[in-house]
Amino acid sequence: MNTLKYQSQAVAKPYFVFAMILFVGQILFGLLMGLQYVVGDIVGGLIPFNVARMVHTNLLIVWLLFGFMGAAYYLVPEEAETELHSPKLAIALFWIFAAAGVATILGYLLVPYATLAHITGNDLWPTMGREFLEQPTITKIGIVVVALGFLYNLGMTILKGRKTAINMVMMTGLIGLAVFFLFAFYNPTNLALDKYFWWFVVHLWVEGVWELIMGAILAFVLIKVTGVDREVIEKWLYVIIAMALISGILGTGHHFYWLMTPAYWQWVGSIFSAIEPLPFFAMVLYAFNMVNRRRREHPNKAATLWALGTSVMAFLGAGVWGFLHTLAPVNYYTHGTQITAAHGHMAFYGAYAMIVMTIMSYAMPKLRGVGEANCNRAQVVEMWGFWLMTVGMVFITLFLTGAGVLQVWLQRLPESGEALSFMATQDKLAIFYWLREIAGVVFLLGLVAYLYSFFVTEKKAA
Amino acid sequence: MSERFTKGMARNIYYGGSIFFFLIFLALTFHTTKEMPKRDHRENITESVVRGKALWEDNNCIGCHTLIGEGAYFAPELANVYDRRGGEAGFKAFFSGWMKAQPLNIPGRRQMPQFNLNDQEIDDLAEFLKWTSEMDDNNWPPNIEG
Repeated sequence: MNTLKYQSQAVAKPYFVFAMILFVGQILFGLLMGLQYVVGDIVGGLIPFNVARMVHTNLLIVWLLFGFMGAAYYLVPEEAETELHSPKLAIALFWIFAAAGVATILGYLLVPYATLAHITGNDLWPTMGREFLEQPTITKIGIVVVALGFLYNLGMTILKGRKTAINMVMMTGLIGLAVFFLFAFYNPTNLALDKYFWWFVVHLWVEGVWELIMGAILAFVLIKVTGVDREVIEKWLYVIIAMALISGILGTGHHFYWLMTPAYWQWVGSIFSAIEPLPFFAMVLYAFNMVNRRRREHPNKAATLWALGTSVMAFLGAGVWGFLHTLAPVNYYTHGTQITAAHGHMAFYGAYAMIVMTIMSYAMPKLRGVGEANCNRAQVVEMWGFWLMTVGMVFITLFLTGAGVLQVWLQRLPESGEALSFMATQDKLAIFYWLREIAGVVFLLGLVAYLYSFFVTEKKAA
Repeated sequence: MSERFTKGMARNIYYGGSIFFFLIFLALTFHTTKEMPKRDHRENITESVVRGKALWEDNNCIGCHTLIGEGAYFAPELANVYDRRGGEAGFKAFFSGWMKAQPLNIPGRRQMPQFNLNDQEIDDLAEFLKWTSEMDDNNWPPNIEG
């Protein structure tokens, strides 16, 4: 049963499918790293931790980008009320991006990183070897090319169609994503400048423009599943993203406390990043309010669950766990401990992994020709996936927080001479790391259930 | 309230507020980069330090270690390793021995790979870590253990 309003929306499907394949890889490498934390030589020298981590974080970033692109290809034509400018370009870019992504990951796994840097000419234009920006320069150029083609395609679509607030916000977010990525090409020999401008990619993505993308996707799904008036939803979308940027831009300062920067950043960063949880709290109120005021009973209950879930988990992970260590006097002791890891895990899952699964949950039944929603059995399995992954992530976060608090207590708070060394401290944290690994297995079970839900059909009448 | 507070007003707060705070951010960034030379001691960035940074990046050291708290949390902080492991008197000897001893192959212990750096490269990396340790990063970390 074809329920797509515009046939070109179908290009979103390969993006979503490929995102899920990468997601599986991300989780498997995450579990491997979790084990390496407690059994350091578990795979000998076969996959060193730094390689596993690079694969884990890069797969996350790339699958979220695939998810955002899929979301954009799905929602932009429907909002603009016109077919996508060029479905062929969208499919071509899909294959280019997928091939470049796979080649890069294989490069990480098959040759030593220094060899990869050498054969991709990193000495000509060094951009590699910085956290999250480990991709060879040639891959980075590929990402820019794909992003330009993608923005051109969407831009042309919006120009010829209706310009809704959701489309404008989505587009601003995606343009911002592309523009701030350009700082990945700036790698001065002075580490002080390198680190400062590295945050222009990392922070202004995840605490800046990505929030616009998240807001736009959430608003789109809420309009669809609740039937609440567009004017109301879009007004609050603007309020939320206004708060996000007003707090988040100067909130970048919370990364500048301990760089070679003037001390005023400790005030600017503390004050503005203390406001950063507000837009996420507003998002929770907004999502629950809209669902309560719904004017229709949409058959896709799972999509509604994801929409509510992403708002709550983003608030907890990005908002609450971010606030825990954002004030400069606290951050002085917690910076670069397992508390950072705890926050990173729940924030990425809650805000970005879950928003991609929200739009997938809504769009996939339509893209696959199933209809408005999956059958009830499939939705039940999908909800099992939701709860297992979400509960798994809550416990991963709690155990990492426990590890982080103990780490700060043993390694950071005492004076020099009395403080435990890094490695001695890590030994004391082993129990938390084991529990985190178990929670990680629960997360994996949730992912399996989630993926299985795509294959569940209604029982045939006997 | 919701009747008087329109979508247009919300949109204007979004665009106006974002642009306003982004301009402040740019101004502070401009001021910060002007102040930075006093703190990063860039006059001490030698050829060796530059080569050391390239080695740091080409071997993905940040994939296990932190440098001023940023990176992976699997292995020790290295922005102050120069001070922690001997400083002027002993760091280079310690560091050279350490790099050559990897992997330690202690059962169950986290393994640092062998990067096969020559003596010149080990010295460059040491110079990079020394320069890094001498920057003024607002007194972080709180103690020598990093």
